[in-house]
Amino acid sequence: MRTSLLAAALSVSTLIAAAGPTFAQGTLRIGMTASDIPLTTGQTDNGGEGQRFLGFTAYDALINWDLSSATKPSDLVPALATSWAVDATDKTKWIFKLREGVKFHDGSAFDAAAVVWNLDKLLSKDTPQFDPRQSAQGRSRIPAVATYRAIDALTLEITTKTPDATLPYQLAWIMISSPANWEKQGKNWDAVAKAPSGTGPWKIVNFVPRERVELVPNPDYWDKARVPKLDRMVLVPLPEANARVAALRSGQVDWIEAPAPDAVASLKQAGFAIVTNAYPHNWTWHLSRAEGSPWNDIRVRKAANLAIDRQGLKELLSGMMIPAEGFFPPGHQWFGKPSFKLSLDVAAAKKLMAEAGYGPGKPLTTKILISASGSGQMQPLPMNEFVQQNLAEIGIKIDFEVVEWNTLINIWRAGAKHESARGATGMNYTYFIQDPFTGFIRHLQCNLVPPAGTNWGLYCDPEMDALFDKVRTTFDPKAQTAILEKIHEKYVDEALFLMVTHDVNPRAMSTKVKGFVQAQNWFQDFSQITMAK
Amino acid sequence: MLAYTIKRFLYVLPVALGVSLVCFLLVHITPGDPLTAVLPVDATAETQAQMRALYGFDKPLPVQYGLWIWRVLQGDLGASIATGRPVATEVMNAVRNSIILATAATCIGFALGALLGIIAGYFRGGWIDRAASLISVLGVSVPHYWLGMVLVIIFSVQLGWLPATGGGPGGSANRSLSWDYLQFLVLPAVTMSVIPMGIIARTVKALVGEILSQEFVQALAAKGLTEWGIFRHVLKNAAPTAFAVMGLQLGYLLGGSILIETVFSWPGTGFLLNAAIFQRDLPLLQGTILVLALFFVFLNLAVDVIQSAIDPRVQRA
Repeated sequence: MRTSLLAAALSVSTLIAAAGPTFAQGTLRIGMTASDIPLTTGQTDNGGEGQRFLGFTAYDALINWDLSSATKPSDLVPALATSWAVDATDKTKWIFKLREGVKFHDGSAFDAAAVVWNLDKLLSKDTPQFDPRQSAQGRSRIPAVATYRAIDALTLEITTKTPDATLPYQLAWIMISSPANWEKQGKNWDAVAKAPSGTGPWKIVNFVPRERVELVPNPDYWDKARVPKLDRMVLVPLPEANARVAALRSGQVDWIEAPAPDAVASLKQAGFAIVTNAYPHNWTWHLSRAEGSPWNDIRVRKAANLAIDRQGLKELLSGMMIPAEGFFPPGHQWFGKPSFKLSLDVAAAKKLMAEAGYGPGKPLTTKILISASGSGQMQPLPMNEFVQQNLAEIGIKIDFEVVEWNTLINIWRAGAKHESARGATGMNYTYFIQDPFTGFIRHLQCNLVPPAGTNWGLYCDPEMDALFDKVRTTFDPKAQTAILEKIHEKYVDEALFLMVTHDVNPRAMSTKVKGFVQAQNWFQDFSQITMAK
Repeated sequence: MLAYTIKRFLYVLPVALGVSLVCFLLVHITPGDPLTAVLPVDATAETQAQMRALYGFDKPLPVQYGLWIWRVLQGDLGASIATGRPVATEVMNAVRNSIILATAATCIGFALGALLGIIAGYFRGGWIDRAASLISVLGVSVPHYWLGMVLVIIFSVQLGWLPATGGGPGGSANRSLSWDYLQFLVLPAVTMSVIPMGIIARTVKALVGEILSQEFVQALAAKGLTEWGIFRHVLKNAAPTAFAVMGLQLGYLLGGSILIETVFSWPGTGFLLNAAIFQRDLPLLQGTILVLALFFVFLNLAVDVIQSAIDPRVQRA
């Protein structure tokens, strides 16, 4: 009896072990942090992650990001547009030459009319293809666009409201979906979501809402070097950090986004690779410049920046950060040569505080808004407490007002003077800083003070505004980069933010994943990846 | 009987209306803008206003409630803000998955709980009783999300026997009775079963103990019935109450568990609620809560009607 029981138990356990998760060769399975599959119709939701996995995979923009290098910051490259230029006499008029012979996944041809149709999809409420959901995601990305028309099948004209040299960056957000497929799906975007069609290197083939989406290579992709090498890529939403780690460690997925810092050591020990790189992200305190704010004094701003022990913070985060040397990560093409060094110098900081009228008997007390969690906020509570201790050493006493992340976003939109800011003189807010507008202009341009924009701190400096105007009216890329460098130098030299750190975009993966190059970008290219046997 | 059923059904209507009002108010009085999670952070005021109007959030709350309840009465729970998909479809898919999980958990919980309860009741006072009681107390007391994580570490991460997350190899769609799908059910169902197991074990132990002390058991023994024969009588007497408790536990588990379904990414109502809360997806949130609340209202109605059919004294009460 005992022997037969033992045999039965052994056979059951063998059966279970044999039926365990299998590893399909050539299939990459990724655990995303999103709680649902991002929108698949073209203009994705779920922020940078949505665009990374279901934007630049299944779709192309007129202009894409170069995601081929891990060692240099990525810049714009031709995609569905092969070249573009602003009119020599009318700086609001742009001509885009489009790529010939490109087909959507449904077999229909890509042309200038398709681009016009897609812009209408986002901007023109009166057109039948207007999609409020995609419009909500895409409209705010192309504020410069005024009109557009197809000159011929492969020539497109776009005019801007005012001369704006940042238009190419704006257009890199706009994913081009197939008009013919929309017709085929009964002119219904919900139906398109299940059977989408773009021109990208991947085709979406299997979509189970909230659970998974599968992509296969598009063998006819126009850029032969970027035809995916994998057989299939499976994306699984796993919003819970521990569930992501468990899925990776049990072999259910091969790759997870954003492993929690405290799981990194054990993942490394278990033989998983942790891939990180710099990318245009920063973790700052956005300082109020409203009347009465202590941060209006440059000595206080500089002192605070000199008091932060960024190396100590790096240890706290198990090395998963890049200490700030400026507003942009070190090595970025717009970094320039700021003279103010963000080193730890408590003595210099105390001296500056004394010059500003503060000292041991007269500390500066002020309130900062922080959140307990949030997209890109890293580990806000311990990090802010660390910064709070650093500032206390030089006589800046910080009181935190902790609010929920979505509430913080609404306060950010309302501006520092709004009653919702509760008298705070700063907020801990992380920024996506990928292009001139999201990187610089939106934070500090005078006419973008809320509610017109998101200049939360109400900063206004005619000199900075002149630089912003110059960026918009300088159409030569090299000359434009030089101005962006100047802007960054001004950001740092005037210590306009409390610049603390940059995230490193960590992802953990099985060592079977080969060929992935983590670009210095929010988006990534999955075309070169293979799975080892 | 028919009159009672109709009367009881009429009582349900104001309760259902009250439930819908509470659902609506609960999700609307919580802080946060429902559009924050779905719009880019620097969406213009115009885009925000456009979306607000699209979902009717620009109207006064009583008007919003009126419009919502009118659509609900026609079977339309609206569309999710985050996905655009119909809430009714989303909720029904999730309910189906939660029913599968709850049924499996109840079966496991009942089988183990009854076994432990019988053993403990039969061997009262001995070490077997104490061991069985300890297991049942642990079952009720242990935080099940913690147990879920421990089971994942042992059976998924260390041993690699069972999948850690998900509803099936290709998602929960096309589910079948094959092991490929069933293996995804094992860990969440076992985790979820510990509470009913503990409750049923304690109930059955008390029942068995009480029945064993009754005079008819002594009479059976005096008549020379074998121990096994007596045991069958005890079981028969304990079964109705044990099954009633099991039914209650099934009802409780059918509501889904946010913690267990989130830990295992099981696509049930708990997982859906969690996503709806984090995305501030008000139509999805209020639709899911309403369906679950109405489920319990009608479950109570069904229980009352069945009880009255079995025992007419209930009607008079």
